[in-house]
Amino acid sequence: MRGQVPDCAVQVPATLQEALEILAREPGRWRPLAGGTDLMVPFAAGRLADTRFLSLQRLDALRGIETDAEGITFGALVTYTGLRQHPYVRQHLPNLVQSARVTGAVAIQNRGTLGGNLVNGSPAADTPPSLLAYAAQLELTGLGGTRWVPVDAFHTGYKQNAMASDELLHSIHLPRRFARHRQYLRKVGTRRAMAISKVELAAVALVEGGGVSEVRVAAASLAPFPARLYQVEAALLGQSIDARTIQSARAALLKEAKPIDDIRSTAEYRRQVAANLLEEFLNELRLEGASI
Amino acid sequence: MDTSARMQLDLTVNGERRSVAVYPMARLLDVLREDLGLPGTKEGCGEGECGACSVLMDGQLVNSCLVPAIQAQGAELVTIEGLALGGELNPLQRAFVACNGAQCGFCTPGMVLASVDLLRRCPHPSEAEIREGLAGNICRCTGYVKIVDAVQGVRP
Repeated sequence: MRGQVPDCAVQVPATLQEALEILAREPGRWRPLAGGTDLMVPFAAGRLADTRFLSLQRLDALRGIETDAEGITFGALVTYTGLRQHPYVRQHLPNLVQSARVTGAVAIQNRGTLGGNLVNGSPAADTPPSLLAYAAQLELTGLGGTRWVPVDAFHTGYKQNAMASDELLHSIHLPRRFARHRQYLRKVGTRRAMAISKVELAAVALVEGGGVSEVRVAAASLAPFPARLYQVEAALLGQSIDARTIQSARAALLKEAKPIDDIRSTAEYRRQVAANLLEEFLNELRLEGASI
Repeated sequence: MDTSARMQLDLTVNGERRSVAVYPMARLLDVLREDLGLPGTKEGCGEGECGACSVLMDGQLVNSCLVPAIQAQGAELVTIEGLALGGELNPLQRAFVACNGAQCGFCTPGMVLASVDLLRRCPHPSEAEIREGLAGNICRCTGYVKIVDAVQGVRP
């Protein structure tokens, strides 16, 4: 018998309302449990303090994917496999498909959820950089109602987020406006499958009239949580993509990135590789600009 | 439902209805091996990295070390014990034997289940598709070439 198994209690609410009532009654006492792919690892090793879990397995209201004129909305319990199979996502959101594809392998992708990847808050999480680049909005819900938080305001520190202890992440909305944008996502890890990233970079950019009119760049493993690289974006906005712009964007990244040394890599390697990934993306953007 | 202490877990395992009293946060892997008497499913890393504990749950490949028992309530499971019918290996298992796809054999149950899952989704996989389908299953003996041969060499 591992961990605290005999001491644990699990509630399995049948409805969202019931789940929110449990959270409101005893805020912070019941740890939400989605697909378990992250949480079960420290749990089984006895490294998790929690012994009260709120299993979300019956909340089918949180499993849908809906598209409309505005964009696409994912329930927080949509799995990586669910993402990868959805026709709209495959056609319009290649970064998201790629970020789901590089998360673990098939068995993890069948259980792990988009919402869990956000709420778990690992600095190395694979889907948040693409959600940051796509300007996602997150719907948080509690008994008092719902509120929307931009994904770049969700993480507030290492494994900390803007959600109150009586709230759940309900859905993730992405706007429908990236058809003309250049999109980029690349993860670098020890191997292509399974490995947790050493560094990952996601970006979308639009070049109009010779200059960058919109750009969002985000990374995993360069900060205590997945985060946008605002100084890099500032170095690119309004500029034409040439050698000088690429150089200044690289310099901005090297200044802005705050990676750490850990078991998977070193801070210096992460900084250099992230700058190289940025340069790879900007070279693609430059070639595209030249062909217009 | 507020569950503490043991719960009654009802499952269909390899086509047979089973019911066992288990702790809700027990790993499905332990439930299979210890409570249901099916030790064919192996524990490698216990962290979802190696795939030795792979089983099919409601038609999907999962790492049974990462599934809490309570999330398997009512599920339909297929383990390695469920593939051979009447002592007769199934075609994929025969291909593993014929191609020497197993050496020490520890990864084999998970590797076979992941291959079953792949072939259901993708009946004629390319080598790249096989390698992606089996990317979550680690083998330290074969170098994978014989395993890829086996999956490509299945004859129904």
